[in-house]
Amino acid sequence: MPRLSPEELRERMARDLPGTVLEPTPLRVTPPPAHGPQPAPFVTTDTVVAAEQLVQAALYLRDTLGYAFLSDIAVVDYLADGVFELVYRFYTIEGGDGLVLKVRVPREAPEAPSLTPYWPGANLHEREAFDLFGIIFTDHPFLRRIYMWDEFEGWPMRKDFPKQGDKYIGADE
Amino acid sequence: MFKTEELQINIGPQHPSTHGVFRMLVTVDGETIIDLKPVFGYLHRNHEQIAEQNTYLQNMPYTDRLDYFNSMANNQAYAMAVEKLAGIEVPERAEYIRVLMVELTRILNHAGALGFLINDMGMWQTQLAFGMREREKILDLFEMASGARMMCNYFRFGGVVRDLPPEFMPKLKELLVAMPAFVDELERLLRENEILMQRAEGIGVLPRELALAYSVTGPVLRGSGVPYDIRKAEPYSVYDRFDFDIPVGSVGDVYDRFLVRIEEMRQSKRIIEQIVEQLPDARGGHINPKARQNVRPPVGDAYARIESPKGELGFYLVSDGSPRPYRYKVRAPSFINLTPLGDMCRGYKVADVVVILGSIDIVMGEVDR
Repeated sequence: MPRLSPEELRERMARDLPGTVLEPTPLRVTPPPAHGPQPAPFVTTDTVVAAEQLVQAALYLRDTLGYAFLSDIAVVDYLADGVFELVYRFYTIEGGDGLVLKVRVPREAPEAPSLTPYWPGANLHEREAFDLFGIIFTDHPFLRRIYMWDEFEGWPMRKDFPKQGDKYIGADE
Repeated sequence: MFKTEELQINIGPQHPSTHGVFRMLVTVDGETIIDLKPVFGYLHRNHEQIAEQNTYLQNMPYTDRLDYFNSMANNQAYAMAVEKLAGIEVPERAEYIRVLMVELTRILNHAGALGFLINDMGMWQTQLAFGMREREKILDLFEMASGARMMCNYFRFGGVVRDLPPEFMPKLKELLVAMPAFVDELERLLRENEILMQRAEGIGVLPRELALAYSVTGPVLRGSGVPYDIRKAEPYSVYDRFDFDIPVGSVGDVYDRFLVRIEEMRQSKRIIEQIVEQLPDARGGHINPKARQNVRPPVGDAYARIESPKGELGFYLVSDGSPRPYRYKVRAPSFINLTPLGDMCRGYKVADVVVILGSIDIVMGEVDR
């Protein structure tokens, strides 16, 4: 099976799953530098899909295109635009480049469908994303903190998490 | 009639078999495992958050601390991600030196991992000492090249920090001559060994389909019979120039993973022999002289992955144009390889858990990050 480029993937998905692919709006990376030229906004070349259609799109990649190997789920906090971007990375076992699906969820209500029912390997990725960013994966069978302890409050990898004055530091003294 | 009751017990976090501080919440019925949940976080230091406050170059020694057995492999994956992001070219000679270092790392990792695995089975210390003895020789080479034995910090963007010293190659050739005897000895001692067969054969079976669904990589995936190796599947660096095979298992039990690791050591040796042949003709120096180390990559993202000794190690970087990464994410192989631990242990005995965990080959520095 020939490997697809992101453009070909968008074409195929626009044909087979109309309405799934969204226009990749540019995202601002924060914080802008104090002096010097302002960085250009980040326009992704990967495929952005709507959160509600993530499962449909992922299963299309797996069952129709043969990209059955879910390798990684990363979260990026775009504070200036108020979104979290979830980056899903799929590969085929035959080899070659992978395909990327990106999903954007608002920071106020960070909810995305879980892929764990379809890929049990997504389990720990999603728990990590929940633990560090507070992304709620609906239908996840065991969405609990994984690194931090259960009573911990806050989401340590978010860009607005305070780096100083943590209430847990020095609490015993 | 006797009746047994289910019991929940903790194995770890302080337990000699857990290779660090790692807890397994086990439900047992007598000696049989009914359920197992891995619990981690005892070594969590929010590596990614700290890395986002460092400059790109400052993170290079910090990646050493992820999988502290394989600092060279971590260096390579990170250097490749930054080079992809910033568009830095690597000279041919530097690529050869990099691959040489990572293949040496693979040998020392597997020698150590097999030693610990046999240790977990109760064949106390002898085998581990064998593996550690070989590991020392490779660490001496690392010390020669980088100045450090474990936290090598050897790679730079566009190459490696310094060229190989003149005494390196003779020592390496000595090692290559002595190496087959070590691997053969290890295999002869263990392949038909009664204790190993009893403890490993048919234990911790991970079927092919399950291994794929669970996204495991590295020797665990290949032990389950999937010939997936990123060095072949998506060749990076100069791996497309070497002739080597991917060993695969058939059943997916502990024994298969053990055999895959033994064979991988032989294949790494094959690659190193080809490097020794081709290195003198390689063009360029040990580093790209135009590559700036205090990089400010343009706005964008990049993901680079390598076949580290434990599986797919990937770095996802997002740049905002500043000297510090906006997002730095590690795809750690031993973390993801722990996902199917519960399924692999179900139905086996408590004593098998220790062996199954040892056969996955985890490092808590990477799991907890």
